[in-house]
Amino acid sequence: MSAPAVVLRDVRFRYRSGPEILDIPELTIARGERVFLFGPSGSGKTTLLGLLAGVLAGYTGSVEVLGQDMAKLRGSARDAFRGTHIGYIFQQFNLIPYLTVQENITLPGRLQPARGKQAGDVNAVAQRLGIASLLERGVTELSVGQQQRVAAARALLGGPELLIADEPTSALDFDHRERFLELLFENCALTNSTLLFVSHDRSLAGKFDRQLSLVDYNRAQRQEPAAS
Amino acid sequence: MIVLLSLAWKSLRNRLLTTSLTVLSIGLSMALLLGVENVRVGARESFANTISQTDLIVGARGGSLQLLLYSVFRIGQATNNISYESYQHWKNHPAVAWTIPYSLGDSHRGFRVVGTTEDFYQHLRFRRDRRLEFAAGRSPQGVFDVVLGSDVAATLNYKLGDKIVISHGVAAGRGIADNDHADKPFTVSGILKKTATPVDRSLYIQLEGISAVHIDWADGAPPMPGEEVPAAKIAKENMKVEQITSFLLRCKTRIATLQLQREINTYKEEAMQAIIPGVTLQELWRTIGYAEDALQVVTIFVILVGLLGMLVSLYTSLNERRREMAILRVIGAGPGKIIALLVLESGLLALAGCLVGVVMIYGLSFVFQPIVEQQFGLYVPVQPPTPAGWIYLGAVVFAGILIGFVPAWKAYRNTLADGLSIRV
Repeated sequence: MSAPAVVLRDVRFRYRSGPEILDIPELTIARGERVFLFGPSGSGKTTLLGLLAGVLAGYTGSVEVLGQDMAKLRGSARDAFRGTHIGYIFQQFNLIPYLTVQENITLPGRLQPARGKQAGDVNAVAQRLGIASLLERGVTELSVGQQQRVAAARALLGGPELLIADEPTSALDFDHRERFLELLFENCALTNSTLLFVSHDRSLAGKFDRQLSLVDYNRAQRQEPAAS
Repeated sequence: MIVLLSLAWKSLRNRLLTTSLTVLSIGLSMALLLGVENVRVGARESFANTISQTDLIVGARGGSLQLLLYSVFRIGQATNNISYESYQHWKNHPAVAWTIPYSLGDSHRGFRVVGTTEDFYQHLRFRRDRRLEFAAGRSPQGVFDVVLGSDVAATLNYKLGDKIVISHGVAAGRGIADNDHADKPFTVSGILKKTATPVDRSLYIQLEGISAVHIDWADGAPPMPGEEVPAAKIAKENMKVEQITSFLLRCKTRIATLQLQREINTYKEEAMQAIIPGVTLQELWRTIGYAEDALQVVTIFVILVGLLGMLVSLYTSLNERRREMAILRVIGAGPGKIIALLVLESGLLALAGCLVGVVMIYGLSFVFQPIVEQQFGLYVPVQPPTPAGWIYLGAVVFAGILIGFVPAWKAYRNTLADGLSIRV
């Protein structure tokens, strides 16, 4: 495989005129790695994910994702890149409430034709995540655990090279958390996806290839401990 | 695009209550606009159709508008009459199919009395091809028979066989008592069905009846005591018609109309004029038609209010939808698609509103058409939107799309500010 999944160099970021949130001299994540990223609230986790996903712009330094310099992508190209190569799971409320489970899962492929081309079998993904029987249901009828699996199915369909999960298990109870993580690992292995898993729940950390404390990398937070 | 359209549709369906209320409010204002448009067309057509199949109206020389007004609308008075000989001349002209003579100048309690002949009941047409029909009785058979227009009968509560007295002159309200032709009462012999034209507001007697009530008059003054001729002594055969006010004329071929008009206008024996009713009606409509513009301005404001309601409902829904926007962003929808989604929603709302409006106005016109015609004498056609109606529909959909850019811009700003950091 070619370039690493993520390479950050001298990245600094602030919201408008606010304080500096990120100041990361160097951070690299290899392809296929399963990384556990942790840090206290306000340590800049979500901001970092925004940069990686190409949703936030206006940083200095260089952000390379899958060998692509994000600064070189403009507007819709960045959206297309994200839609095609990156899967994303939020903490909760991942789903569009007025679409069915199946429609939610297939939406990225329908919005980004390139993703649609690589999209595999919806049923297969749903089967692996144990939600095959729910495909025709409306998402509001689902439990939180089921919703997160649907979100995972959506993020995984089409085998994105990078899967970003932003505290996806924090709304789940212990049993569901374990099972969800297993499913995530299985599926990432299947599609050879790099997994960047963000959480402040350190009990999960042991299952990952690498644990990454953001505070160690982010100078902005070291000098000026979390203000919130 | 199709993906976004289906998203927009499902999102609107998801907010069913707000969506249907918005659609309903746009639909109602659209129905009002189209309704006003239909009434406008109806009024204009009713106006143009007060008289049909008449090629020329002929009277003494004077203003053409005046001739139209007193001959068709029974408004104003003729300054001069034309001789019965001249009338006979044109009536027997080879190019003429039929004529209807009118002799005006008398009234009954504010309604005009019109002297005419059997031709009136046979040939008069309105609203393209509708002819006069009797609700009761029949056309006048004797000199002292009178037929009532439906409004006259309804207002004055007359029935067949009632005796009425006509007055000299056309002053509104009761005539001057001295001018009553009280010695020669008329008997109601027939009542016409409603036509929703000025025909309803007149009384009709024979031309000879007009002559009869004036037989003992001299120089426009009532007879001196002792000189009255009693009604009993008057027979139709003895009555001589010397002049009429105007007449309607139908040519055998339409091509002959212009030729005949020129002939009448240049008639050597008597100063006469012939007008084409359609042309003069249009002239008249232009002068009184400005009221409809005022009505239209009001309805356009109603539409604006409806569209503003849509703007408010879309705009306020955005806060609840910040989450949804963040999800769409993260799965690859750029700001362009977010904007397109909201613009589509707003366009769909406007389109649905227009459809509802069209259906509503169809239904309403269908139900209320007979009632409106009966009550207001206004024939409102049930028809697909007029060209102007289509323009309004298009304009509202376009305005809906434009308005969609306001919440779309707001949503776009939200997604920029929020990034992925929404926690609900």
